[in-house]
Amino acid sequence: MSSLLEVSGVSVSFDGFKAINNLTFQIAESEMRAVIGPNGAGKTTFMDIITGKTRPDSGQVIWGEKSQSLLSLTESQIAQAGIGRKFQRPTVFEDQSVADNLMLALKKARGPLAVLRFRPSRADRTKVADLAEQIGLAAALHRKSGELSHGQKQWLEIGMLLAQEPRLLLVDEPAAGMTPAEREHTTELLVEAAKSRAVVVVEHDMDFVRRLGCKVTVLHEGSVLAEGSLDHVTGDEKVIEVYLGR
Amino acid sequence: MTDVLTAHPRRRPFVARYPSAVVFLAILALFTLGVTILAEGFGIGVISTSFVKTLGKTLCLCLVALAMDLVWGYCGILSLGHMAFFGIGGYAIGMWLMYARTEIIVRESLAAAPLPPTPQEISDGIAGQIFGVVGASEFPPIWALAHSLPLQLLAVVLVPGLIALVFGWLAFRSRVTGVYLSILTQAMTLALSLYLFQNDSGLRGNNGLSGLQNLPGLSQVPQSTISIIFLWASALALGLGYLLCAWVVSGQFGSVIRAIRDDEARVRFLGYSVEAYKLFIFTFTAVIAGIAGALYYPQAGIINPAEIAPIASIYLAVWVAIGGRGKLYGAVIGAAFVSLLSTWFTGGQAPDINLGFYTIQWVDWWTILLGLSFVAVTLFAPRGIGGLIDLITERRHPDRHGADLGPDPGALQEKEADR
Amino acid sequence: MTPVIRRLAACLLFCLSCAPAASAQERNTPIQLLLQEHGAQIKKSSRKSIGPAIDALAASGSEDARRVLERWQAKDMWFDKESGLFVFAQKADGGDLRLFDVAGAAEIGLAPKADFKQLKPNSGIRGMIAAALVQFQLNAPDPETRATALTAIERDAEPSHLTALRASLGKETEPALKTRKERLERLLTIRFAEDEAERIAAIKDFSGDLGVDLRAALTPLVATRLAVAPRTETLSPDVRIVTVGDTLARAQAYDLLVEKELAPPRTDPDSLRETLIANIEGHKIAGVRIATLNTDTARARAYESLAIQGLAQPLVTEEDVTEALQRFAFFEVFVGAPLPVARAAEVALQDIEAKLALSQTVDLALDGLSLASIYFLAAIGLAITFGVMGVINMAHGEFIMMGAYTGYVVQLFVPDYTLSILLAIPLAFAVTFGAGVAMERLVIRWLYHRPLETLLATFGVSIALQQLAKNIFGTQARPLTAPGWLDGSLVINDVIAISYIRIAIFVLALIFLAVFLFVMNRTRLGLEVRAVTQNPRMASSMGINPDRINMLTFGFGSGIAGIAGVAIGLYAKVTSEMGSDYIVQSFMTVVVGGVGNIWGTLLGATLVGTLQKGIEWLNPSNTLAAQTYMILFIILFIQFRPRGIIALKGRAAEA
Repeated sequence: MSSLLEVSGVSVSFDGFKAINNLTFQIAESEMRAVIGPNGAGKTTFMDIITGKTRPDSGQVIWGEKSQSLLSLTESQIAQAGIGRKFQRPTVFEDQSVADNLMLALKKARGPLAVLRFRPSRADRTKVADLAEQIGLAAALHRKSGELSHGQKQWLEIGMLLAQEPRLLLVDEPAAGMTPAEREHTTELLVEAAKSRAVVVVEHDMDFVRRLGCKVTVLHEGSVLAEGSLDHVTGDEKVIEVYLGR
Repeated sequence: MTDVLTAHPRRRPFVARYPSAVVFLAILALFTLGVTILAEGFGIGVISTSFVKTLGKTLCLCLVALAMDLVWGYCGILSLGHMAFFGIGGYAIGMWLMYARTEIIVRESLAAAPLPPTPQEISDGIAGQIFGVVGASEFPPIWALAHSLPLQLLAVVLVPGLIALVFGWLAFRSRVTGVYLSILTQAMTLALSLYLFQNDSGLRGNNGLSGLQNLPGLSQVPQSTISIIFLWASALALGLGYLLCAWVVSGQFGSVIRAIRDDEARVRFLGYSVEAYKLFIFTFTAVIAGIAGALYYPQAGIINPAEIAPIASIYLAVWVAIGGRGKLYGAVIGAAFVSLLSTWFTGGQAPDINLGFYTIQWVDWWTILLGLSFVAVTLFAPRGIGGLIDLITERRHPDRHGADLGPDPGALQEKEADR
Repeated sequence: MTPVIRRLAACLLFCLSCAPAASAQERNTPIQLLLQEHGAQIKKSSRKSIGPAIDALAASGSEDARRVLERWQAKDMWFDKESGLFVFAQKADGGDLRLFDVAGAAEIGLAPKADFKQLKPNSGIRGMIAAALVQFQLNAPDPETRATALTAIERDAEPSHLTALRASLGKETEPALKTRKERLERLLTIRFAEDEAERIAAIKDFSGDLGVDLRAALTPLVATRLAVAPRTETLSPDVRIVTVGDTLARAQAYDLLVEKELAPPRTDPDSLRETLIANIEGHKIAGVRIATLNTDTARARAYESLAIQGLAQPLVTEEDVTEALQRFAFFEVFVGAPLPVARAAEVALQDIEAKLALSQTVDLALDGLSLASIYFLAAIGLAITFGVMGVINMAHGEFIMMGAYTGYVVQLFVPDYTLSILLAIPLAFAVTFGAGVAMERLVIRWLYHRPLETLLATFGVSIALQQLAKNIFGTQARPLTAPGWLDGSLVINDVIAISYIRIAIFVLALIFLAVFLFVMNRTRLGLEVRAVTQNPRMASSMGINPDRINMLTFGFGSGIAGIAGVAIGLYAKVTSEMGSDYIVQSFMTVVVGGVGNIWGTLLGATLVGTLQKGIEWLNPSNTLAAQTYMILFIILFIQFRPRGIIALKGRAAEA
């Protein structure tokens, strides 16, 4: 199986503190992967590196069939290349309606002049409506997203990610602060999304990870500690030691 | 699935998407007609020519406030440089006005000479007239195009646009945001005004350009008529500017720039090049500001570097904030209201208040009142006067664009750190 | 007394004083004898022949001789027509003279004016007398007189002074004066000595000296005159060839040719026009219609026709000028001194020039450093409120202004400048601390984490405060006078001098730095400030009251701005707009240095200050341009180091 994203030997340090230490990671097309690890394991920095927010001190990040290096691209170019990211806290544009948020995320030309001329076609509007249906916000389409509940905002953000039609989805703690029912819906959304694209979920909650039923990567002190099924990694001596302490 | 179809985001005509544009244009047209009828030039003469000029100038200030609102209220860039672009527009048109008028005077005076003048003599004569005050007698290179109205009109648009483009490219490229950007734009404005203050800037130092109210070749036309012409031109520019800005902010583009204002990092991860959008808006509004300045200064009659000083741009921000940012009509209301009030107070027309032990003279105390009311608006009414209009009309337009203003994001925002 | 009695008394007095007039005059005093010896020349009063007489008087060196020279110079010396004796005289009532003896200047009495003749030395002779007097002054018993004489010579030396100075050197007892005399003697030797070798030796003596007086002595020696000769002539190797267009302007070179009548005067546009106008005949000039003469070429053609008709000088075109200039060689000849002396002076001047450049660099660096300390003073309060707390205070400049006005008001009440400054510093701190706390409580507190709104609100405060100051103190600048002991400057050599105020400001900047470091790193307040700015929630859970800390920190930063205001007020004028002059530069200093780091602010101030002085040095006529370029530089600098010189990295930087 050819890999979609290949991170190899990446290191980054902040003021001497090694946030990521010689990390190597691969994910294939249409694969779902959960990344777990204790606080400070470097999960968020790992995502920052892939999405271009943080430049690594060394290492390679290779993307897609053409083996393009992501290190020389800007955040927006990486997003256009097909990597979507969901932040830990829901970040939707609260001032704008759900429909506007989704329309903003639709995969369209991103240049200022093209956007200036852009007027949504019937197909675009249908697409937005369908996405809203998918994330369960059809009834809230014209509401301001700032008025939504916490869980709804998370879904809207996932909806925006889907609207981007990325080939790789990076999701940071999607279930944080959700009710059990909302979690269930979130799980469904992610599993559904993973059918057509690669999904990386960073999560603390083991139950949630278990429900995703995918391969798990454990990060510790900026490098991969273990990788495999959830059962496999939870049985790993080193993982137990890291999680439960010595 | 019929439910989904009804829930479609409806495609609506521009007027429906931006209802305030129609109302605004109607009010503007009525205002312009009304002033024309009441003015000395064409009408019954209730309004003095100088007040017509004040009104015309106010329309230009409304236009630059519109530009400020677009760049700040919609895109979140608190630029403290747009009055500099306004001034550059004024200088650009002022150079032609001054050159052309001086040329007429010089040609007239040389016509009496026994020999017909050579081009060099005419040029020397004009240069001597214009630059005598700064002790120079030759044209500096930047006046190379001053003889041509079309070229100087092009400069009105191009010079502010290019400065904004270069400065914006440098600033946005290095991801300077929030207050840092504001300070940087203020520094740019300061640099520009200090530059113009020198005598060898080629623009007559702190004397500035003067006599701009006299249009070359129209010396027989009375000022009362010219003031009406400029009123109409300013109203036309403001109307067109309003429509253009409304069109820009009503569509997807408006959506993107408001998104940039609220969370620029998130917009970047959606694949939009934030820098390109900011640069576009910054340059576009700089051009509008330049045009507004080019209409303003022929009505004011004089321009000098003090008009470009950072404080002018700060006042522009004050107007927009008091009017209500993030709403085009808010900016217009703010600029019109505060600048007219300011004229009234500083013009000495406002009645002094005698407290017995101290007489409050508004000429002295108006600025203090303005400063404090600005603090009050920022603290208690961040949506400004425009917010009041929203309170009345909001119920009828529940999903209008740009109604609310989220918390101000800035470089030092806490939530950035949490990510 | 009745008028009659008064008249009688006057008559009596007259008789009493008149009687011994001629008889009381001493004939054989040494000075009278000396005068008599040269009597003929003195009475003749001719510049050509008077020399020996003055020299003889000067050589006698006596007090009487000095007095004679002085009175003579003042036209107070007369001589008896009959006896030929010299006396001093003053005009008295009734056409009489009041006479004094030339020896000892004792009063002799009154005498009729008609018996005496006044000596009226012309200006030439008076000059010679003055030169002779210098010698007396140089040897005067009173050191102050000697010093005054030296100063006079230093200001306006003459060849004759050299001899007098040399003569007085050996007699000088005061060591300080002796040194001065020696130096002056060397300088005068350079300028006036007859012997070339002696002059060159004197020039060499001064090697390494940078004195202004030395430069003033040397510069005239290397004066040159521009001369011209046909190219065919062989030039002496001693002259310096000048190339036209390179070091010598074309116009200037041609003017020299015209002056020497080696070339005809150039036809400038004005004279060309005048000539044309003078030859107008109806609607034509030389057969050309006037209306067509609206270009330079048309005018030149008409002029040439006039020239052919003999109505005008031939037209000298640019080609003619070039051709003429090629026929001649231009060169410079030393006119200030004989060649060897001039050469030596030139070498010495070059040497001085090189040393001066070094000194000037040092001076420039010191200037930059003092400007840097002013920027640092202005910025250090911001380094606290903006750098540490992250609060944008646009009214910071107005706090500086408030501090300066506090100083001014204190001086209105306390006339002693030293005491008033000592009082003003804590008062300014108190006033601006209060203002800062008030502003924090009333405005800023509500706007934490909304920096743009803080910026706007503080703008409002800034506008209001500025106008308030204008209303109270008026628009004209108010003085804040430094105490006397801060007047003057520390002179290191003739180029490097630093005024004490600048040194004081520099020291104050260092003290501020120390205070800042101490407060932030060594006190409980500093610890709490750092805790609150890094994590307010955590800090408050540990029992720190963030409200109180924010208030105190902001007050502290504002208070420091107030003290900076006093210091800046001493250096510049106090106006209501002085704050806005510093606010942009202060923010730039903090941003360039790196927000949140005091050392960064220090480096930022040094960079901004020295840079501005450096640019000013490149273009000294224009400080406005220097500021413009400095700001442009900073804008560019931020491109390359957006986080400043000392950048915080990692998570802290992204906060």
